Amino acid sequence: MLYSKQVLDHFQNPRNQGKISNPDATSQVGNPVCGDIMKIYLKIDKKLNKIKDIKFETLGCGAAIACSSVVTQEAKGKTLENALKIDKSIILKKLGGLPPQKVHCSMLSIEALHKAINDYLKKTNDKKSRKSNRKN
Amino acid sequence: MKKQNKIYFDNSATTQIDKEVLKEMIPYFNLQFGNASSIHEFGQKAEAGVLNAKYIISKFLNCKPNEIIFTSGATESNNTILQGVFSDFKGHLITTMFEHPCVLETAKYLSRRGVDVTFIAPEKNGIIDPQKIFRAIKENTRLISIMYANNEVGTVSNIAHIGKKLAEINEKRTNKILFHSDAVQACYFRDMDVKKLRADFVSISSHKIYGPKGVGAFFMSERAKLSPLMYGGQQEYGIRPGTYNVPAIVGFGKAIQLISSKDHKKIIEKMKKIRDYIIKEALKIKGVSLNGDKDKRLENNINLLFENVEGESLLLKLDLCGVACSTGSACASGSLSASHALLSMGIKPENAHGSLRISLGKYNTMEEAKKFVMILKKSVIQLRKFSPFK
Repeated sequence: MLYSKQVLDHFQNPRNQGKISNPDATSQVGNPVCGDIMKIYLKIDKKLNKIKDIKFETLGCGAAIACSSVVTQEAKGKTLENALKIDKSIILKKLGGLPPQKVHCSMLSIEALHKAINDYLKKTNDKKSRKSNRKN
Repeated sequence: MKKQNKIYFDNSATTQIDKEVLKEMIPYFNLQFGNASSIHEFGQKAEAGVLNAKYIISKFLNCKPNEIIFTSGATESNNTILQGVFSDFKGHLITTMFEHPCVLETAKYLSRRGVDVTFIAPEKNGIIDPQKIFRAIKENTRLISIMYANNEVGTVSNIAHIGKKLAEINEKRTNKILFHSDAVQACYFRDMDVKKLRADFVSISSHKIYGPKGVGAFFMSERAKLSPLMYGGQQEYGIRPGTYNVPAIVGFGKAIQLISSKDHKKIIEKMKKIRDYIIKEALKIKGVSLNGDKDKRLENNINLLFENVEGESLLLKLDLCGVACSTGSACASGSLSASHALLSMGIKPENAHGSLRISLGKYNTMEEAKKFVMILKKSVIQLRKFSPFK
């Protein structure tokens, strides 16, 4: 098994690693039995509907950490709509590919991002519907 | 042969060849290159190399030279023994859940083909309880295969005791049970006298003991019988046909001879000191424990469990710092399942992912161990910082 230079770089110097103290949304994916767990924190610019800040925490293999790093780098500054368009192929391209048995790590990172965004959308929709309910 | 500042702590995977071994081998590549089965002088010289190696190994195992069968390594030895005994796919086999895959997977294959197989779980400390083996014996049991020392956790089972008790059981039986031990990891460290082990088969491998890769052997007692895996020439009494890999066999013989040299005891003592130092220092890190029995383990094996650290990422971090180790994490296996050996000892999958095996060799030094401990502490802190669990 051979990791690319890009994977090793993201593993050694992960971007956006850490947590956000008052996040607008979070997600956690993976499970301890399989060995990889990713957590994502989001801060949203509510006016522009953009990802203002994003951080990750990952317990997992080198590929899992590198994928977490790349997915946050890709999502940062994007509108929620565009961030939801980030897929596995973008992650793999940015990392210069992954060994076949590690490709699922890229899917896990996408899942973490999507889950966090959907968590935010669900919260804001709930708020909106509560507001409109009150008006009625 | 000094390495470039890198620390090699993966000697249970393979060892570097001893330069004395290499020196013995070289003439057999281009000077004594004959086919050991040829009648002419070229052939005879090559054959002399094979016979000499066989003689050395037979002395080491305390058996007759014709009880040694050369193979390509432990995987072939263990396959030949298990498949050879059960070539008719009848009867009962007893083995353990934490054998090396070349025994375990062969046993599973035999089970699929109709052999009745009992897999004994090791105790939590990684030792096989002999009573569990004896209790599993049936009327149609034909072979018991128990590894001498485990390749992952380095725990050493009492093979001589099992062999002795089994001999007593066999006295009362008409259909004798054969006894096999995969001694690949134990070979360098433990008593390999097959008369004391009371074994019918013992597998050993060259590249774990500073010999070349691609050669191994097994002891096979005169009373034991096997059907060969392959058919061909008369090499190795027809049990293992194929042209002799003469340079490798010569090197293997030399590697075995070096185990009997007088400084061997000192080498083991040095490894034990380094091992105990690393264990002591590693256990000072929070959330670290030792896998496998503290005392009944090989002098070169350290298997640690790190809470809240994934083994593959730790391995990678250490590798980037110039240290080579091994892990039982699923992420490093390609199979996406954690080490079968650790799981069989009752370790939970979520914990087995955080395991690290450090296996020492005769070229390792205390300075390397000290440097390693510093790198290890730093790496664990870094990786735990990445984790969502604090």
